[in-house]
Amino acid sequence: MPKLNMVQAINMALRQEMEKDDRVILLGEDIGVNGGVFRVTDGLYDTFGPQRVLDTPLAESAIAGLSIGMAIFGLRPVCEMQFSGFSYFAFHQMEAHASRMRSRSQGRYGVPMVLRAPYGGGVRALEHHSESREIYWAHTPGLKMVIPSTPRTARALMVSAIRDPDPVIFYEPKALYRAFREEVPEEEETFPIGKSRIVREGEDITLISYGASLRWTLEAASELHEHDGIKCEVVDLLSLSPLDDELFVESVRKTGRAVVVHEAHCTYGVGAEVVARIVEKALLYLEAPVRRATGFDIVIPLYQREQDYLPGVRRIKRAVRETLKF
Amino acid sequence: MPVKEIDLPYRVEYFSIIDPDGEIDKSLDPQLSDELLIRLYRAMLLARKFDERMLILQRQGKIGTFAPLKGQEAQVGAAAALDSQDWIVPSFRESGVEIWRGRPMERILLIYSGYNEGGAMPDGLNMLPVSVPVGSQMLHAVGIGYGLKYRNQKAVVATVFGDGATSEGDFHEAMNFASVYQVPVIFLCQNNHWAISVPRSRQTHSKTLAQKALAYDMPGLQVDGNDVLAVYSATRDAVERARKGEGPTLIEMLTYRVSMHTTADDPKKYRTEEEVKEWERRDPIVRFEKYLLGKQILDEKRIGSINEEVKAEISSAEGRWSEIVEKGVDSIRMFDNAYEDLTPTLRAQREMLKREMSEEQGA
Repeated sequence: MPKLNMVQAINMALRQEMEKDDRVILLGEDIGVNGGVFRVTDGLYDTFGPQRVLDTPLAESAIAGLSIGMAIFGLRPVCEMQFSGFSYFAFHQMEAHASRMRSRSQGRYGVPMVLRAPYGGGVRALEHHSESREIYWAHTPGLKMVIPSTPRTARALMVSAIRDPDPVIFYEPKALYRAFREEVPEEEETFPIGKSRIVREGEDITLISYGASLRWTLEAASELHEHDGIKCEVVDLLSLSPLDDELFVESVRKTGRAVVVHEAHCTYGVGAEVVARIVEKALLYLEAPVRRATGFDIVIPLYQREQDYLPGVRRIKRAVRETLKF
Repeated sequence: MPVKEIDLPYRVEYFSIIDPDGEIDKSLDPQLSDELLIRLYRAMLLARKFDERMLILQRQGKIGTFAPLKGQEAQVGAAAALDSQDWIVPSFRESGVEIWRGRPMERILLIYSGYNEGGAMPDGLNMLPVSVPVGSQMLHAVGIGYGLKYRNQKAVVATVFGDGATSEGDFHEAMNFASVYQVPVIFLCQNNHWAISVPRSRQTHSKTLAQKALAYDMPGLQVDGNDVLAVYSATRDAVERARKGEGPTLIEMLTYRVSMHTTADDPKKYRTEEEVKEWERRDPIVRFEKYLLGKQILDEKRIGSINEEVKAEISSAEGRWSEIVEKGVDSIRMFDNAYEDLTPTLRAQREMLKREMSEEQGA
């Protein structure tokens, strides 16, 4: 099994799906000859040519809008927003059309497209290159929203997203693009959209996270075990919409305590929804209020301060200890 | 370095074939069969009468807000210039085009009386549902056009939008992408001179909308949009070019929204009666009727019988619509088509609604 980083793993998924299915077409800014600014589409232009790997003019609304037309026509476009911070130009197309076409046409036209976008902080970038605003998409009916946390989940989720009959927003944690390698099987592997997974078992408290913050959550869990003997169970959401509440609710019923971790802003964030589901489905199992370790409700600062903005190991450990002390 | 002029061989043509008095310019006559001419006349009349009927139904409270098309019926000429395998991506004032293509009138009534079921398209129509956000649908046409080109299909795409839409960024993006990828798309601009209360002159300082095509090295032309033969001819030429792989075209059709923007709008607030009267003189149906009478393709008797046929067709569509409406609406079906498969959360929400409804019935 090859050990790949996340960039290579997503590239593998795209390449294999393009080999299998000539409906799969890629479009975006600098994704062709240049292979994408993060090199996610590296080499695909050479293999599949300009008809299937489109270097587009610089216009995000058109990239999404063309993808919608292509998907209605019967292709399976995978479009790239160079950074999620620029994807809001495309938001209108996704909200007004991609998410509604199935309903508007009463099932006549689905929009099987994937919108990929690198998101999140921690890479010492310019303004607009570090946001974590997944909730805009996850809040929109008709869209699906996934965020992988490892190379293997990225590859499997991308295959599932391409084959999904509905539009899928695929956020790529760019802090993890080259952070580590993982064995990714050459043979086909999918991961069902709408399912989460347990990545660490424990009985004292449930930590729920996704994307780049899952890594910090796992580091915190490991330190808490080492220094305090606290056994954290860690849930990787993977899919924000549809949200798999069964797995984390079941875990909280076991542990009685939970902390939700994400780098996105706190207020109205994924944490708010997760806490609501826990309250609805596991209130009487709770031993303490559910806490959130998240980014603050401000524009993410430039990189000299971003480590103190992001919910790193320090913030997560503190939230866990406070929850256990309650 | 000397200043020199860059030679750009661009021009914008305007043409009209039948004038308001029904006189034809023989050199431009597309020489359509009598049968097609009568079909065009009938389709325009049907669009007009259906529009008038919808306005009555709206004023009676039987349907909700809609965007009347009165005055823009010559748009059917564009639909007639397309083949059945071609795609149509409409905006929201194209009931003439939609009916020509085969969208049942009862579905249009269903949408405007609040039934999502009205959005369903019959099999193989190759037409997208009405798109409300101004200008945004043009990009879908370009995406479909890319698909046609990728699959080496001979079909083309026509997308319809108004003068206001040319101010939207998506108009620029669609025109630009269509030109870069040389896709078979025909951009049909219904310049009806008013975007709600904003006149065409305030929408852009450009002399024409057609000239905007030139920035993309795309042919752009302006036609008399109240002349069904001019609309037909211009579209047919653009379709032929697109089919041959020669890329997109922008056609600006000069027409006029004689009625209101939507039934919630009062145009008296922002434009003069004189202006409306002037455009009524150029009515697309009256002019075409004069021409057909002059050419003895139609006579008063045949016009009378076509009127009767059209009325009967509308009344039978209204009958089918009433039958559906009388059956009532099953609210549980609001969850259909949210996704291909309902998510667990949506299943739970649907169950909640079912319980609410059954409790209400029990109470």
